[in-house]
Amino acid sequence: MATYLSAEPQVQNRRTFLKATAAGGVALLVGFHLPASAADPAQEQEKPPVNPLNAWVRITPDNRVTLILAKSEMGQGIMTALPMILAEELCLDWKQVSIEQAPTNPKIYDHGTGGSGSVAGSWLPLRQAGAAAREMLIAAAAKRWEVGTDTCKAQNGYVVHGHPERSYKYGEIVADAALLPIPNFKDVPLKNSRDFTIVGHDTHRFEGASKATGTAKFGIDARPAGLVYAVIARCPVFYGKVVSFDATKAKAVPGVRDVFAIEISGRGASTTGGVAVVADNSWAAMQGRKALDVKWDEGAAANESSEELHKQFVTNAAAAPGEVIRNEGDANAALATQHIKVEAVYELPFAAHACMEPMNCTVHIQADRAEAWVPTQAPQWAQGVIAEATKLRPEKVEVHTLLMGGGFGRRYQADFVMEAAQVAKKVDKPVMVVWTREDDMHHDFYRPASYHKCQGVVTEDGNLAAWKHFQTSTSIAAKWGAKGEESKGQGEFGTGATVPYKSPNLRIEYTLAHSSAPRAWWRSVEHSSSGFVVESFVDELAAAVGVDALEFRLKLLGEPRKLPQFGGGPDSPPLDTARLKAVLQLAAEKAGWGKPLPDGEGRGIACFFCFESYTAAVAEVSVRPRDLKIKRLVCAVDCGRVVNPSGVRAQVESAAIYALTATLKDAITVDRGRVVQSNFNDYQMMRMKEAPPVEVHLVASEEQPTGIGEPTVPVIAPALCNAIFNATRLWKQDVRIRRLPIRNEDLA
Amino acid sequence: MAITFTLNGKPQTVDVSPDMPLLWVLRDVLNMTGTKFGCGIAFCGACTVHINGEATRSCITQISTVQGKKITTIEGISADGSHPVQKAWIEEDVPQCGYCQSGQIMSAVALLSKKPKPSDADIDDAMSGNICRCGTYQRIRKAIHRAAGQPATTA
Repeated sequence: MATYLSAEPQVQNRRTFLKATAAGGVALLVGFHLPASAADPAQEQEKPPVNPLNAWVRITPDNRVTLILAKSEMGQGIMTALPMILAEELCLDWKQVSIEQAPTNPKIYDHGTGGSGSVAGSWLPLRQAGAAAREMLIAAAAKRWEVGTDTCKAQNGYVVHGHPERSYKYGEIVADAALLPIPNFKDVPLKNSRDFTIVGHDTHRFEGASKATGTAKFGIDARPAGLVYAVIARCPVFYGKVVSFDATKAKAVPGVRDVFAIEISGRGASTTGGVAVVADNSWAAMQGRKALDVKWDEGAAANESSEELHKQFVTNAAAAPGEVIRNEGDANAALATQHIKVEAVYELPFAAHACMEPMNCTVHIQADRAEAWVPTQAPQWAQGVIAEATKLRPEKVEVHTLLMGGGFGRRYQADFVMEAAQVAKKVDKPVMVVWTREDDMHHDFYRPASYHKCQGVVTEDGNLAAWKHFQTSTSIAAKWGAKGEESKGQGEFGTGATVPYKSPNLRIEYTLAHSSAPRAWWRSVEHSSSGFVVESFVDELAAAVGVDALEFRLKLLGEPRKLPQFGGGPDSPPLDTARLKAVLQLAAEKAGWGKPLPDGEGRGIACFFCFESYTAAVAEVSVRPRDLKIKRLVCAVDCGRVVNPSGVRAQVESAAIYALTATLKDAITVDRGRVVQSNFNDYQMMRMKEAPPVEVHLVASEEQPTGIGEPTVPVIAPALCNAIFNATRLWKQDVRIRRLPIRNEDLA
Repeated sequence: MAITFTLNGKPQTVDVSPDMPLLWVLRDVLNMTGTKFGCGIAFCGACTVHINGEATRSCITQISTVQGKKITTIEGISADGSHPVQKAWIEEDVPQCGYCQSGQIMSAVALLSKKPKPSDADIDDAMSGNICRCGTYQRIRKAIHRAAGQPATTA
């Protein structure tokens, strides 16, 4: 069993020790998935130099060490992983460490937490900050001893000279150290990885104990003095508006204090507007909303439905090519040859994030300042939105970033923040806008629905002669882009067009499908669809030539190659086929790929590259008509150097279950311009009874750390569906799942 | 309407609307925020508390029905996180986002009070009313076995 590093949990009130100096400069990220380089060293260097003994670590004279966390914790373990990096370079005893959320100050910190980029983007900057602080402590001690710094070293929270008897605790010298010149971060010596005592070691989640005792404070647990609560009646139809409302009955509900309309905000925060009901407690506000009589103008979206969207998909596919996104060789000519041809159509629905903690935000607007308590992946955006709503300067808006009960991309949005700011403007107390589960389900920003027609040509000897993929989808770009619905969906293709399998002819085509359903980043964003399509289709090609699915992939990955990421910038690392092959082989080996299974059982395999990480999965299933049992999932991951192995394993386990839920259960459907599903009764989550064991195998690596929160999601659906195919091969008609989620009738 | 009950071993009286769910009395009236709101329809288990020792969804439990009863919340199962289930949760690093875990722990504590050595099937039955969106199920299972002083999996 793993030996864990443990910290005494000292969850403390956030104290602002760093004077907020930001003036404007709020990063309004209305973009697409975050590049891993969001906090890359180059960008970091452009920020004003900060004293690491203030900005990143605070040490008291009695030797208590507080490490500062600038990213947001939503379950991904960042509250542990990032301080581990600082503590490593600072040569601290992990047991002496406590952790504090940074004040929201985008001038100093890069707060945005998404795109599986926090460890990747913070790895070097935090090492440099920790190392700079360490060097300052060493220099202060050396000065007192009047010796050269090269005769001193840092270890376990002490600076030591010669032998252990001559030492200073950091706390004894920190006052001197903080006044010394700040080393240039670029030149500061970093520890040799052979000397790591914290990074790479299983470490207990810092806030784990608070989450086992109910003392952890999530956004919804904010209780500033005088707090009142609000819920908002929103038009169920996308982009509908309030025409009028009668609040007489709502105001008669005991505890209801006020009822008023709030406006639809612009493209940035993208709120629905509606009618706010403010009350003494959440329940009274909900009862008030039930008693409210609102007349809506449902608008143009009221005719939309999932059936209509499916027809659009089919029509668009019939009118292909649409826009040619990528074209190498001549796939169409290859399709006209005598080789083995395969054609398949795949379809994925809208999907909701369904964070366990419903959206909420608390705002208190005072005379010349505002204070907010926000469970957010983007505190800097929350600050900007509240500043926009209140006309305050951003530095007059103090945002407390609280724990999130799930994020998955949903909490990168600021709609719930804008609503709270709008409501708070009319309430002279702190007010929490709280969403019900139904609100959350009806007014999410969904994973795009998409439809894919794939055509492939394989030669008899198992080579790929052509790969052609037409996609039509309700893109994220079209929801957020400056040109609105006119925006094309380039962002939908990062990996769908970076096919790692060697083919002389490759053609990718796209047509935008129109929908009013709001779309945005759902765990793994476009890769969840691309992974399903690419890894299902390559499996179909293998089956068509009767080659083992693993062998077929290994052959087509071929000799080690580095493929540029399609649509990636100059800094995007290429896809390394050798690393992809390695995870594929690791998963296969650990799963016993190729070992015989009884009739009705089967294994399926898939691999993928996204967020600069390499993942593979093998699913093992038992299938009987209308009955699927997932016996196990074996996952292999190469995410570069691993900071906290326990945390990485947890993320893989989590992504696997999240993806299984989407594969087996989740579909958001639209009828009359509104979302049909409303709660966990009709948008179901995988439960303990159904959850298979998930085995995780990590590749030992010295490469740069890369993403881990999301990269496992895309391989799960194809591994599972490919396993179902293999398990049903002896049936009269083998079963290829091409439309998610899997329905019972698919297994008939 | 004044309602009196025992909350975590101490007498408690609240004066609220009789149909107000216990969940909101705990969270918004008494500011005991360890018990969570997840769905409001007893489908997720985040709001689980014990009423007279039974794991109960507080989101659909009207406050008028708890008159005279004994209620235990996550804040009441130990003074300092030392309950064996809590210790096992920390040791196995069960929580991720952690939002559902108060409810998970309350369901697990209720299970172990009835079946001190539960099988995997017992755990499935007792815990499948609690959703974890982070998918921590296999760690929950391990933690329950650990709290029961058993090996990680029973046959």
